[in-house]
Amino acid sequence: MNDARPDPDELLGRIKEEEIRATRGKLKLFFGASAGVGKTYAMLSAARQQTEQGTDVVIGVVETHGRKETEALLTGLARLPLKEVAYRDKVLKEFDIDGALARKPELILMDELAHSNVPGSRHPKRWQDVEELQSSGIDVYSTVNVQHLETLNDVVGGITGIRVWETVPDHVFDAADQVVLVDLTPDELLQRLKEGKVYLPHQAERAIQNFFRKGNLIALRELALRRTADRVDGEMIQYRRDQSVARAWQTRESFLACIGPGDGSDRIIRSAARIATRLDVPWHVIYVETPELRHLSEKRRLPILKNLKLAQETGAETASLAGSDAIETIVDYARDHNLSNIVVGRDHVRDWRPWYRSFADRVGKHAPDLDVIQVAREEARPDQRQEEPTDESLLDRLNAPWQSFAMSVVFCALATLIAMPLHSVFDLANIAMLFLMAVVLSAVRYGLGPAVAAAFLNVAAFDFFFVPPRFSFAVSDVQYLMTFAVMLAVGLVTAKLTAGLKFQARVASRREQRVRALYEMSRDLSGALVPEQIAEISQRFAETGFGARTAIVLADEKGRLQEPIQIPGGVPAVDMGISQWAFDHGAEAGCGTDTLAGSPLLYIPLKAPMRTRGVLVLEPRHQRRLMAPEQRRLLDTFARLTAISLERVHYVDVAQMTTVQMESERLRNSLLSAISHDLRTPLAALVGLADSMSMTQPPLTAQQCEIAMSMREESLRMNSLVDNLLDMARLQAGAVKLNRQWQPLEEVVGSAIKATGATLARHRVSVNLPDDLPLLQFDAVLIERVLSNLLENAAKYTPPGSMIGIGTTLGRDYEDISVEDDGPGLPAGKEEEIFKKFERGQKESATTGVGLGLAICRAIVEAHGGTIRAENRRGSGARFVFSLPRGNPPSVDTAEEDVLQEESQK
Amino acid sequence: MSEPLPVVIVIEDEPKIRRFIRMSLEAEGCQVYETDSMQRGLIEAGTRKPDMVVLDLGLPDGDGVDFIRDLRAWSDIPIIVLSARTTEADKVGALDAGADDYLTKPFGAAELLARVRAQLRRRSSAVGSGSTVFEFGKIRVDLGKRIVELSGKPLHLTPIEYRLLAYLITHPDSVLTHRQLLKTVWGPSHADDSHYVRVYMGLLRKKIEDDPSQPRHIITEAGVGYRFISV
Repeated sequence: MNDARPDPDELLGRIKEEEIRATRGKLKLFFGASAGVGKTYAMLSAARQQTEQGTDVVIGVVETHGRKETEALLTGLARLPLKEVAYRDKVLKEFDIDGALARKPELILMDELAHSNVPGSRHPKRWQDVEELQSSGIDVYSTVNVQHLETLNDVVGGITGIRVWETVPDHVFDAADQVVLVDLTPDELLQRLKEGKVYLPHQAERAIQNFFRKGNLIALRELALRRTADRVDGEMIQYRRDQSVARAWQTRESFLACIGPGDGSDRIIRSAARIATRLDVPWHVIYVETPELRHLSEKRRLPILKNLKLAQETGAETASLAGSDAIETIVDYARDHNLSNIVVGRDHVRDWRPWYRSFADRVGKHAPDLDVIQVAREEARPDQRQEEPTDESLLDRLNAPWQSFAMSVVFCALATLIAMPLHSVFDLANIAMLFLMAVVLSAVRYGLGPAVAAAFLNVAAFDFFFVPPRFSFAVSDVQYLMTFAVMLAVGLVTAKLTAGLKFQARVASRREQRVRALYEMSRDLSGALVPEQIAEISQRFAETGFGARTAIVLADEKGRLQEPIQIPGGVPAVDMGISQWAFDHGAEAGCGTDTLAGSPLLYIPLKAPMRTRGVLVLEPRHQRRLMAPEQRRLLDTFARLTAISLERVHYVDVAQMTTVQMESERLRNSLLSAISHDLRTPLAALVGLADSMSMTQPPLTAQQCEIAMSMREESLRMNSLVDNLLDMARLQAGAVKLNRQWQPLEEVVGSAIKATGATLARHRVSVNLPDDLPLLQFDAVLIERVLSNLLENAAKYTPPGSMIGIGTTLGRDYEDISVEDDGPGLPAGKEEEIFKKFERGQKESATTGVGLGLAICRAIVEAHGGTIRAENRRGSGARFVFSLPRGNPPSVDTAEEDVLQEESQK
Repeated sequence: MSEPLPVVIVIEDEPKIRRFIRMSLEAEGCQVYETDSMQRGLIEAGTRKPDMVVLDLGLPDGDGVDFIRDLRAWSDIPIIVLSARTTEADKVGALDAGADDYLTKPFGAAELLARVRAQLRRRSSAVGSGSTVFEFGKIRVDLGKRIVELSGKPLHLTPIEYRLLAYLITHPDSVLTHRQLLKTVWGPSHADDSHYVRVYMGLLRKKIEDDPSQPRHIITEAGVGYRFISV
């Protein structure tokens, strides 16, 4: 049954989205139909309101274009100084992203989202700056006009006749947290224009005057309104999905747009994007590289890459596939990815050939169950199309080294030589076969060009040497013309087919090579044990696979990058700043990317399952080679493999370290417990035996009894000494595991007083603890020891009859517990020293002990994350204060108790 | 006929300590059988019909907790365990398994005898009287009538406090671990919320102790649990 339960993947995705949103800064867009509607004004007003509410607002970039009212709004708002960027021989002012990130305001104003930055800036586009600001948690206000939206760009261009080149991808607009439509009727706008309130640059004033025609303005306004409405609609759908209201879409329709090398592919992409975004469905864009298309010139391949990139930016999944038959590949892809609609561009070829089937028809015929949508491509410009020499590629294909042509001549010559003696035996028709053989061989060995040459040469040779009259190009019988024609045709067709096959074989073998290289690399990597080995292996792979040098920069635990791993043969000069950026943002940077494209190196973050391990730096010899889609994919796989291996090596280290640590801990613990057992057992026996001595019959004399008692006491003292020493050893070795429990302080105070019992017999102890103390989290045994030690000290260093007080004060994060006495106090200036090991308050006193007690107290309290200090009281006496962190005590559920109480009352 | 001598089995591997325990117990009028291993201890316990077992937790031939479980399977005689300091976890384990009390080495004869006497007394009183009235300090508890009085005036306890008190007074002189108290008073689902016990123990002390910070009846055994002393 198809119930309305939300799809778990989708839910997960949404949770992820929300998580990212929670930490990301919010983007509020002020959206207008055209310049002059007052977006900047609206943005500044909103910002002023925020400032009044106490938000930390900073102006990143604002263009007031000298408008007075707008400028008036600037006063009182903090302004981030612009960075001066030298470009050519001018100094231009540009937004300072590093300054903004360092300043880290709560809200930043970034006018003109579509602005292109001065070359050499970190990102080519301002909207990319905005994304970075957002991802570091800064809220952003920005403005954008409808004509700057990527997918509406050509629509607006069609309406106004002016195309703008500064565009913003639609996903930026769609992902904005809020969009405020700043609306002004065309009449009012024209009025403002007349009053000179709208900024017009002086150059191209005419064109702009054309732009501000009422018709245009109405159309633009409608577009803006509709786009905003679409967005609201999208929010509505999202809301309904959040509320799990029955899904608007029962079966997810999805689109596959196919683009080719021709013009107008960008238009197909934009159309598909518009449909897909409106329906809120996933869509793919693919380009199928057939053997013919492989021969395209660089100049014609570049736009394809650009279009694929455009598709990616507008939110599509892209792929570039290789296949001998475009239609079959497309249909297979659609079936594999469950895409039910195929969007193709309409063919412009005039139907002068009756057998001609359009591309859409052929796709439809091949896959009758899929919907095929034809969209308009760029308006046909036949004249221009003719001008473009398509045979440029044909020439390319025929191109081959001169040796190959020479060899095909040799083949012809050989065919002629072999045919000569056979001429008298065989028919001419069979002789012709021999020549065909030469064509096939040329095609197989040397490709299309030499084969075509061979085809022509063969016909000539056949005519010259064999067709009567022999040794002349003249032909006596007209029927031989037929032979020549067929021979030439068969030769050419064979040449083309064979060369095509050979080409495909080469493509296949290259692909196989790549796969093998990857396989070998992963095999090598699985044997690598240290990062240096991984660096070497990846260097080897990059050299053969991409013709590039690499470096691996690893990050330490705190996310700081270290120096590149040194490998034999050296590493490229890595820019640590760019590496750190790529690492922090988890995004690629450097050549061929959107970030710092001017760098000659490419920086790829090494993302492993647990975290990003570092950065892979490539120095390609041919940047363009890295740009091809299949190379990019290979590169991604390569980076991923490297990252995973680095992570594996890292965890091998961690595991080893843990084993060693566990082993040494075990050793330490067993050593300590062995020592403690061996030292304590005789003491326990001594105490017991001294006791039992006094029980013997006949009873001991008074003197003997006293001796037995002293033995007992000394043994006990020895025992507490051993306790102290062992405790100190344990605490210092870190062998003590705190058994922290939430408990009331009162309890441990009580048990400490009881444990100190005998020692305190001649002192007065007063406990002063408020009733409503919160629970504290501590190890009862150890804190009891701290209190006992402090109480014992107090008893030891004060005369009998002194007062010992225990009290507490609550701080914000800590609770202070104090033990104070009214004895002689601490020697002045020694308040800190007494906590050191083997340090005692009064050096030459008869009081026993080695001075470990306070050192143990300090070790225990610090293990709890607290502090301990000693001071002299104002009157007389010493005070020891230790603090414990308060933390978040668990609540004790008294509701249950109420229920029970009610029951019992019944 | 004179009362038979109480039989005590001492399981301890250190001969000196064993000897001292034996001397002390015999002076107290007990019949003592001693062994140095758990294995033998279990056999002795099965054949001598002891009234009590004194068990050292640090025996070389096995885990004291297993011994206690084995013994508890067929007998409820008091068990006092002997252990070194800094091994609270072992003590708690032994007590949870069914031991009644513990002594930390080194201990004197007086301490040992006090514990032994208390356990023997508890055993004989449990066998003898079926009384449901308990008195200690200024408190009088009548479990049959569910009445608690302080100096003759009724004292109001919440149900949990009452259950806690009832459990304590019916197990005097024994060490009760947090886990045991939680399981009996709150039920098994609360076995890990030991702060509940501590909080309610504090509340109970405020009601029945003269000075809750220096309690006389509900004694805290740090890191282990509580002991109720009626005198």
